[in-house]
This record gives sequence, structure tokens and C-alpha cells, in this order.
Amino acid sequence: MEPFSAWMEAQGPDADIVLSSRIRLARNLKDTRFPNHMAAEDAEVMLGKVGTAIQGVSGRWPLGFQRMGELSPINRQVLVEKHLISPAMMEEPIGFRAIAIDDPESISIMVNEEDHLRIQALLSGLQLPEAWSVADQLDDQLESALDFAFDARLGYLTACPTNIGTAMRASVMVHLPALVLTRQAPQVFTTLAQIGMVVRGLYGEGSDAVGNIFQISNQVSLGLGEDEFIHNLTTVTQQIVGRERHAREYLRHNAELMLADRVERAWGLMSHARIMTSEEALRLLSEVKLGQDLNLLPATKSTFAQLTLFTRPGFLQSQTGRELNTGERDQMRATLLRKRLQEEAQSA
Amino acid sequence: MENSHEPRADRAQLCQRCETQPASVHVTTVVNGEKFDRYLCEDCARQEGAYHLMLVPQFTIQHVLGGLIGLNPSGQHKEPTPDKSCPDCGYSYQQFAETGRLGCDRCYQAFAEELEPLVKRLHGSVEHHGKVPRRSGQDILHQRTLEELRAKMKDAITQEAFEEAARWRDEIRALEDQHIEQGSQDNGAV
Repeated sequence: MEPFSAWMEAQGPDADIVLSSRIRLARNLKDTRFPNHMAAEDAEVMLGKVGTAIQGVSGRWPLGFQRMGELSPINRQVLVEKHLISPAMMEEPIGFRAIAIDDPESISIMVNEEDHLRIQALLSGLQLPEAWSVADQLDDQLESALDFAFDARLGYLTACPTNIGTAMRASVMVHLPALVLTRQAPQVFTTLAQIGMVVRGLYGEGSDAVGNIFQISNQVSLGLGEDEFIHNLTTVTQQIVGRERHAREYLRHNAELMLADRVERAWGLMSHARIMTSEEALRLLSEVKLGQDLNLLPATKSTFAQLTLFTRPGFLQSQTGRELNTGERDQMRATLLRKRLQEEAQSA
Repeated sequence: MENSHEPRADRAQLCQRCETQPASVHVTTVVNGEKFDRYLCEDCARQEGAYHLMLVPQFTIQHVLGGLIGLNPSGQHKEPTPDKSCPDCGYSYQQFAETGRLGCDRCYQAFAEELEPLVKRLHGSVEHHGKVPRRSGQDILHQRTLEELRAKMKDAITQEAFEEAARWRDEIRALEDQHIEQGSQDNGAV
């Protein structure tokens, strides 16, 4: 079986451009210190309570519950690379933290990250209301066993006041190569900032948008209902998808030779290079994907989301089953991607 | 003496102090105009105290918060809040100003006065309109429904639609009675 998450199969609506939709809810237990102010004993009690509650919902949501400390550093990193946990979960005190994940890897619950619970639902394509429905129902089930900190006026209370209210972060991960090529991306992102949306790179806060992959999410969490925040982000994403498609058509009609040359070069490098850094691989994969979307390159069985995982250091090491230094990773990355592309293009 | 530090992500070289960990921090020290370069691991750099400028490696929302906390709504710095603490968890306001994070859910009450303008600046609002916990929030949901009905009743009265207002009044009464029967306390005064 392939080591990928279900959403990476790219079966959702508009999944050629919208890689994933994610809803994340922060929840904290009443009268309990937040993780940043917790003692080790509090954390133990907390983990016990939450573990029991998660067990209690296992009939409907079978989730594997694991303490972060029990996972190898490489496996922790793979979880970050698959967007199942945030990088903050890898920070000390690791012993305080735990993670619950379902089999298709579409649901995860981070325990004792910045908040006691961060419930996440991750789906392919543009499906924010569907992801909300999953997270909402799981939240209800957990709340039947846990008392969450809630204030009638301020909503769900969180460790950081930036997240109070709905305590919801809705986000989409979008691949926008044509908007970047036609230099429209900066203007689009400036507009998004003006309407309370945040744009980040592939791996959240502080990461660069290598590979033309961007995360767009709501900045504000208080003052509107969840459905309104979700509606706003969905509408904005639909507009961005429309613009991206338009830019692709523009390129096809006005610069087809340049475009074909560009994506064929990327294909050539990807299917022949022997050494490749993660940055180069992401950049080339993005161009290959654009070429495939425009039928300028052969399709592959592996999806873009699956292939980008091969650029990540943790995933590469988990696939090889041992630790690799930077040089070894660059070789392994080139080898695995080259083989996949060559084999899959032949069978296509 | 001045220090400058830049993180070096993939330098294969070992730390020049402990010689066991990979060096990840480039420390440049200038003493009397003479420049010294050293490559250290994060732990050694921190132990040598050369790392304090690097403790905040990212410009994240938590760090920006610290700057916003002491501002009044017009954006000017106001008199610093005398150091308060949360009676439940002992977390101080000063700690919040430094980390951007609170100590527990009760801190929101303890620091309500200071948090209100901040929340308004962050969210543009201080009223939650989203989900209410299904089980523990039943009283709040009940209150919310009552408030909506009362607003409708008032509207009807303003428009002199008294029959409609009477219908809303009956609905409010029915809801209040139902809530009392369920054994919950309803302290909602009109």
C-alpha cells in the first residue's frame, strides 16, 4: 500500500488547482491551564482525559492515539510533511503532546499543541463545508465527554487571543503557477490581505511559497459564524481558481511555445537528473504539473500532492528506512522521482 | 563588542565548542574592530549567551501581539498596566505581554479590561456569533434564542404591530416555562 493520505488522491472538486481544504478547531478544557503554563502532572491528567474521550468516539471515528514521544523523530517529521500536525508539535515539551489520526489521514487531533485540542479535518479539492461538517460533528462528540472553555461573548477561549470566537482556521492549499508566471500573484495576495485573509507558503507560518503552492486562510476568528467564514473563503477561492484557469488559457494562446519549452525542460530534468535539492524538485514538479494540466506532458498515476511528498526530507528517510544526510537525500530524491516519472509515463 | 548571528541550515561542520553536535549557528564577534567567526550548535550558542538575539527567530503573531498589548484604541502607548495576576492559575499580565499567550481560560476574566481593546483590534469585534457547545452551552443557546425573540418583539412594538408583538411575547413565555420545567436555572430578566 502507498504511504499517502486519502486527500492526496486528488478526487475532490477543482482538485487540479485546490490541493486540499482544511478546517481546524481549537478547543481547551475548562478550568485547566493552557499547555504553555502546564506542569508535567497536569499534562498527564490532560492526556488521560483526552485519551479516554477519543476512545469514547472510536465507534464512529476510529482514531489511533499516540504520544509524540513514542514516535521516532523521522515519523514526527513525516506527520508535519503530510500536514497532519504543525511544526510546533515537534518542539519541547514533546512528552506533553499526543496525536490522534484516522486511517485515511483525513482527521487528526493534536493534543497539547498551543491549545489543549486542535481538531482538524483535511479533504481533497475545494470542500470547506464538508470539512467543517466532519470537524463540527467530531467536536460535538468529544464535547459530550469534555467540558470546553467557552464564554457567551468571546466564544471558545484559546491560549492566544488571536484565535478566540469560533477558534476556527479554515484554509485551502492552492497551486497557482500561471498566476505567478503572469505576475498577477502579488496583486491577488494584496487584495486578500485587505479582506482579512492570510497567504502563506506550503508549510504554514514563515515558510516560502516554493512550487507555487500557497495556503490561504481566514485571519480573524471572532465576529462571524463558522458558515460565514467558510462561505467567504470558498467564494474567494473560487475566484482565484477562475483567475488561475484564465491565466493558463492566456498563456496557452499567447505563449504556447514558451510554455511547452518550460514544462518539457522541467520534465527532462525530473526524469534524468541524479541529484536534486528539495527546492529544485518542488519548483520542477510544479511546472510538470502545469504541463500535465494543459495536456502538454504525459499524465502520471502519482498525483502532484503525492509527488511533492518525495521532496520532503522526513518522507524520503521513512521510505528508505534509515537516516540520510543532505547529500544522500538529494540523490535519493532524484532517484525516486526519476523512476516514478519514467515508469508511470511509459505505462500511461 | 557586537554580535551578529545567522542560522546556517545545512552546514555539515561540527560545533566548535562541544565538537559533537552539528554547527547550526554562525556567530560573528567583533572585539576592538577585530572579527572572530565561530560555528556553534544551538545549545552551545545559547549557553554562551550569544544567542539571545536569536530567541525570537520568527516574526510571528505572538511576537507582534506583545507590541500591540500596551496600545490604547487610538494607537498610542498608554500607562503600563500594573502587574496583575490571574487568581486561578497565577499567570501574570507581564507573562502574557511577553509570550502573547494566556495561562488558562480564567485569565480572560482576570485580564478582561486589558484584553477587550486588544480583541477588538485583532478581530474588529468582541461578539461571538458562531457555534455554542451543544451540551454545556444549552443555557447560552437558550439565552441567545430568547434575546432574538425579545429583539423581534421590540421591533414589532416600535412598528405598532401589537398583535405580532403579543405572539412573540407568548413564544418567549413558553420558552421560559419550558426551560424552567427542564430544571435549568433561567435568570434572564427582560
